[in-house]
Amino acid sequence: MEKNNKKLSNKTWLKPLCYALAIILCYIIISILIENRTFGRKYTSLFIPIGINIMLAVSLNITTGFLGELSLGHAAFLAVGAYSGALVTTNLVSVPEIPAMILALLTGGVLAAVAGILIGIPVLRLRGDYLAIATLAFGEIVRSIINTLKITGGPKGISSIPAYSNYTLVYVFVIITILFAMNLKKSRFGRAIFAIRDNDIAAEAMGIPLTKYKILAFTISAFFAGIAGVLYAHDRSIIKPDQFDYNKSIDILVYVVLGGMGSIKGSVIAAIILTVLPQALSEFGEWRMLSYALALIIIMIFNAGDIREKLGKFSTALREKKGEN
Amino acid sequence: MALLEVKNLGISFGGLRAVDSVNLEIEKGQLYGLIGPNGAGKTTIFNLLTGVYRPTDGSIILDGVKLIGMKPAEINRAGIARTFQNIRLFKKMSVLDNVKVALQNQVTYSLFTSTFKLPGYFKKEAEMDQRALEILKVFGLDEVSNELASNLPYGKQRKLEIARALATNPKLLLLDEPAAGMNPNETAELMDTIQLVRDKYDITILLIEHDMKLVAGICEQILVLNFGTELAHGTPSEVLNNPEVITAYLGN
Repeated sequence: MEKNNKKLSNKTWLKPLCYALAIILCYIIISILIENRTFGRKYTSLFIPIGINIMLAVSLNITTGFLGELSLGHAAFLAVGAYSGALVTTNLVSVPEIPAMILALLTGGVLAAVAGILIGIPVLRLRGDYLAIATLAFGEIVRSIINTLKITGGPKGISSIPAYSNYTLVYVFVIITILFAMNLKKSRFGRAIFAIRDNDIAAEAMGIPLTKYKILAFTISAFFAGIAGVLYAHDRSIIKPDQFDYNKSIDILVYVVLGGMGSIKGSVIAAIILTVLPQALSEFGEWRMLSYALALIIIMIFNAGDIREKLGKFSTALREKKGEN
Repeated sequence: MALLEVKNLGISFGGLRAVDSVNLEIEKGQLYGLIGPNGAGKTTIFNLLTGVYRPTDGSIILDGVKLIGMKPAEINRAGIARTFQNIRLFKKMSVLDNVKVALQNQVTYSLFTSTFKLPGYFKKEAEMDQRALEILKVFGLDEVSNELASNLPYGKQRKLEIARALATNPKLLLLDEPAAGMNPNETAELMDTIQLVRDKYDITILLIEHDMKLVAGICEQILVLNFGTELAHGTPSEVLNNPEVITAYLGN
């Protein structure tokens, strides 16, 4: 019995250690790939956008996959983060890079989260299609406000934002986002959110306050989108209202849907593939968007969720075979 | 004083008077039956008690606390848990997680603790697992604790609903047709479990059931509803021999 206990406690330490090693190994591989330009200039420049898109997909997955509410305004939180972050660093030129960027990230994340709470309180009373339309409208409202305000530079946007985003910073935040989502999933908060998704009437009858947990999910989702926005602004160096229209929201939603609702792994894989794909298809010239759409349909048919299921079945079949031998 | 005191309860949906001046007094530890023909307002009374509907008039007092105007989640924390006539499980979650959702107001930790996986998280999660498995064991569901709730056979889904409601640690448990769709053997077994649960967890149970024989078998008190009003109440033998009750069920 004692031996068993020891084994168990060993295992609980082993898991985080494995994760930590995998995270570091992944980072080393990525930095080698980037420093050596293994994939050429065209693809090496994609590493940061991939990381930002992973953050967007995983954060939207908390609203759409975990809570089960369709949000079509995720780009608005990206915009709030991007603009507030950019305003912080462009106004603090004399402040050194690291404190300025930390302040920008904090401001962007917190303001996006506040936007999430403000919009969440009225909008989360709606459900399904109605919520989707309300969030779509919210996204457009944010974009038109940015378009008219003087401080945000109107339609011209903000330019010459210092290029503080680098792949190390983005990598760190991608990992934080993923770990946060994974830990949320396995906590009592995650379970409450899943319960609301599966059956809100029963969840409420089991003592779960619906509004509180809906707003919690929405706010977390907005916070990480805001952080992604800050990183986005300091990678692009120019931001314009047009970059945050509903097409951007739909793009993020496509990552989540193709990756599988509620699946973090799926969101990550989908975000990587769908960021690389348009670049890879650029050789098709004017047929690019058509071939992108075709590729989407093909991926949809062999949906990532399906693939995981098939892989799961395959591995259990293998194990059973091994057992027979 | 009675655990649950319902006085003059009524609700109108537009012109329809679904429940009208119903009085109900349930003593602590009682197993109370609520019966009546289809459309008599039984489930409506459950919905009124749990805050899904707000009554047009009347009062509901549980253990000295007025429940009118509270939200369903608050009423649950005040001590009323329920099951549903049409099963409402968290289908895409495991059997164990279904019960753990219900435990979440009793075993708590902060978002900070779970985000950084502090030792408190593991301790509290282990406590939840243990308590959930204990409850599942009463219903013979501990062996399927890792199955998805939607993969359970119908009878076990009904039992899981009761287990989940029980996990919220209620003073009063409302069971809406717990034996619906079960065969006679399963029903008999379920009734034994219900009595066992009442004794083991020292709670009060109000149950809706169509099967008269079954209600008469385990309930100490029965309230018969018809067209939203009280037709009769009393012990099973009193009620079942009441000519008005017989007329309501069988016609003239």
